[in-house]
Amino acid sequence: MSAPSPVEVEPDTEKDLVPDEVTVLATPWVTIVWNDPVNLMSYVTYVFQKHFAYSKKKAEKLMMEVHEDGRSVVSSGSREEMERDVQAMHEYGLWATLQKSE
Amino acid sequence: MSGFARHRRSKRIIANFTGFEADLLRSLAAQLVELLRNEAAVPREDQDPFEAMMDFSGPTSEPDDPVLARLFPTAYPTDDEAAAEFRRFTEGGLRDGKAAAACTIIDALEEAGLPEQLTEDGLMIDVELDEPAAETWMRSFTDLRLALATRLEIEDGDEAYWAALPDEDPRAQAHDIYEWVGYLQETIVGALSR
Repeated sequence: MSAPSPVEVEPDTEKDLVPDEVTVLATPWVTIVWNDPVNLMSYVTYVFQKHFAYSKKKAEKLMMEVHEDGRSVVSSGSREEMERDVQAMHEYGLWATLQKSE
Repeated sequence: MSGFARHRRSKRIIANFTGFEADLLRSLAAQLVELLRNEAAVPREDQDPFEAMMDFSGPTSEPDDPVLARLFPTAYPTDDEAAAEFRRFTEGGLRDGKAAAACTIIDALEEAGLPEQLTEDGLMIDVELDEPAAETWMRSFTDLRLALATRLEIEDGDEAYWAALPDEDPRAQAHDIYEWVGYLQETIVGALSR
């Protein structure tokens, strides 16, 4: 995991936060999509383009990672954002989980 | 058998089904709707009966049925508490969305002329979808394929096993249907990607 850093926090709000909260805010979360034997490569690519607005090239690269490595980190951000992404992936029938960035 | 294509002039996404195919698709979609609505949303036996009655929120534990467990996977594999919270807030909406999508297929097939009971030979059902409707069908095809694959216990690289089954084996017939829905999905993704 990368070192938590408060640099992105506005100076005004920083003074109101205890160090733990600063750490939580700066720790990124990731959405992981896992391989399954069912979903079509064309469909997975389509979903990545549609939901994340990724280029076809990037969507295909991530799809191939899922296919060949068994999993791929498809997005990163706040925990709330990642929960929304995971929920959207489940709407599309992709097997997705979220966790803190390693 | 023909899949989906984009009509050059109207830009709509079209497909022609035989009555048999349309009836089969409706039956699959109807089974999915039934499965999604059947299992109680809050099947907690350990709960106090009064508390259970007062609990209108969503489920917190993984569904018992393996199809439902695949449709609603655990979002936090190593954090039970966070997984339960996520499920409570998402599973109800996801269930409703997937059931509504399957109903969209049923309604469109019936609007296109599929009778409640298929009796007529040679009936053809022409479906014309705008893009949002085609996307809904595409998503629901995924749910149908996940359901069939879970029941059949499909695995990566098992094509030879399925090809070797005798035609009269009911599993071979179910696998043919799984492949057919895959073909429909592949063509609808192709039509939407252009």
